[in-house]
Amino acid sequence: MSRLEARFSQLKATGKKALIPFITAGDPIPDITVDLMRDLVSAGADVIELGVPFSDPMADGPVIQGASERALDHRVSLRDVMRMVSRFRELDNETPVVLMGYLNPIEIMGYETFAAQAAEAGVDGILVVDLPPEEGAELLEAVKGRGLDQIYLIAPTSTPERIKTICDAAGGFVYYVSVKGVTGASHLDLQTVESKLRDIRAVTNLPVGVGFGIKDAQTAAAVSRLADAVVVGSALVSRVEALAEEPEKIGSALGEVIASMRQAMDEA
Amino acid sequence: MSTTAEKIIGTLPDARGYFGPYGGLFVPETLMEPLQELREAYERYMQDEDFLHELDEDLANYVGRPSPIYHARRWSEQLGGAQIYLKREDLNHTGAHKVNNTIGQALLAGRMGKTRIIAETGAGQHGVATATVAARLGLECVVYMGAVDIARQETNVYRMRLLGAEVRAVSSGSKTLKDALNEAMRDWVTNVDNTFYIIGTVAGPHPYPAMVRDFQTVIGREAREQMQRQTGRLPDALVACVGGGSNAIGLFYPFLDDQDVKIYGVEAAGDGLDTDLHAAPLCAGKPGVLHGNRTYLMEDTDGQIIETHSISAGLDYPGVGPEHAWLKDSGRANYVAVTDDEALAAFHDLTRIEGIIPALESSHALAYAKKLAPEMKRDQTILINLSGRGDKDMHTVAAREGIEI
Repeated sequence: MSRLEARFSQLKATGKKALIPFITAGDPIPDITVDLMRDLVSAGADVIELGVPFSDPMADGPVIQGASERALDHRVSLRDVMRMVSRFRELDNETPVVLMGYLNPIEIMGYETFAAQAAEAGVDGILVVDLPPEEGAELLEAVKGRGLDQIYLIAPTSTPERIKTICDAAGGFVYYVSVKGVTGASHLDLQTVESKLRDIRAVTNLPVGVGFGIKDAQTAAAVSRLADAVVVGSALVSRVEALAEEPEKIGSALGEVIASMRQAMDEA
Repeated sequence: MSTTAEKIIGTLPDARGYFGPYGGLFVPETLMEPLQELREAYERYMQDEDFLHELDEDLANYVGRPSPIYHARRWSEQLGGAQIYLKREDLNHTGAHKVNNTIGQALLAGRMGKTRIIAETGAGQHGVATATVAARLGLECVVYMGAVDIARQETNVYRMRLLGAEVRAVSSGSKTLKDALNEAMRDWVTNVDNTFYIIGTVAGPHPYPAMVRDFQTVIGREAREQMQRQTGRLPDALVACVGGGSNAIGLFYPFLDDQDVKIYGVEAAGDGLDTDLHAAPLCAGKPGVLHGNRTYLMEDTDGQIIETHSISAGLDYPGVGPEHAWLKDSGRANYVAVTDDEALAAFHDLTRIEGIIPALESSHALAYAKKLAPEMKRDQTILINLSGRGDKDMHTVAAREGIEI
């Protein structure tokens, strides 16, 4: 059983929902990332989504763009990110880690090399924002052969036919993007989310995560009533940004956000 | 000669938007369905008589087509080789080839019931051409432009604002064309219900590379006929500048099956291909994925897109249309590069010898023709796409030469 599968079935058994924080690897400095991942886990995170910095993050809002830019100031590469995961794995062999990023750094490394190194490092899943299932077959084959899950996005604009196609290709969980927009967007509409999740659950048994627009404990709790997992990114990364000059304070700041979300979700 | 070569026209892209290994549809999920709708609308209306009639009327009476072919006799004489002909896209309404495409896409936007237009722009020519058609059709228009480009193309920014467009400065990344494209994509993801994204070049996700090409091939269709009429035969060589590559593909495409016509795409070598300061992905880059398609890119060994440099804002882009990537690999077209200095010299030559002030983008094509012509015979011909006029570049050229206007 993969770490992702184990984690989701364990949560299901205890009646809990997964809390999935996103941070960008190397933001604001590379040395701090593994510690931040561990702080997030201690505060109640179930899965870590680790952003791979990219120069042209076209699906991201200003907050996560800023994270990529700070990491790239330190030339943090995909190889560096996998080294961070390896170090994390030495200390935590249970919490699943999903890499989220854009295709080009993977493309230049080569799909096979990437899949082999990611598996070796202890990565559990990958989510490539600009790789829809229509283009993803080749990478999917490479990662599947190494026991990694390829996680796909479903959007408010996805038709029922597309949802089926996506769920058929996906592994680990599927990620519903709750709003039309970039990361950090506002105005999450719970009713639309609820009806879309029904469409998704009609065609798959995979756990369904919801992200984009989850700002605080209250929205996290509300979404956790509907979804199997809650993904929170910009709300964390904006705190990293605010403390970029005082990195020693970031761990506890992120821990507070996650702990409050955890509590609200568990009480929901 | 090479009559056995397989036909190219009409065969690419394939149903998935691929030109060989290049092209495709690499976008966030939110855009997959809107792109499918666009593809269907584009395929439908390119067969629709009313649509095509309206497009032709606009190209004739609003843009001023056909644009003439001009024999640059004095310049040809001085170069001492092939006869140089210029396809005068600089004479189009708004001063460049860009309007051929914006007219087409705006008509499509109208047919699709979209009320809001967005665009990215580098030199500002595509932004102006978009703002122009939006004004005429009464559509809301937002143009994204890198903060660096805004500083070097002030006149075009003012033109867009006069036309009623909102120009939004993009301050992320290198603050140039690629970042404007990222920002326009982000806008489109957010406002996809009522918004049509008019991409200005033959890059981006399928169907943009094919659609923009189809709207720009009016250049090559006219030129092919005009050259035969004026010179009695096809040109021996075609030359066009390549940033994203829309003016080039517009000229080249109708000649692709004419195997005896040599084709040269000219990239921006900036300070030189041996420096870090250039914008020549086909000459010095490698394949990767950016802005929705697989193509040659300027990228580092980690797959990060690197900042480009060219004196010409319109060529300052790290990618290139996927069809050019394919034409390069297939050997049907040759891709070369000229430096900022060579482009500037050609800019002055055409201005002083023929009384035509070319855009700095087009000056790259002129600069390569200047090298090519003396190697060819006097009874041979070179057709250059003079893709735009140089009025917008007065400040750039003056500043480079230490003159304050």
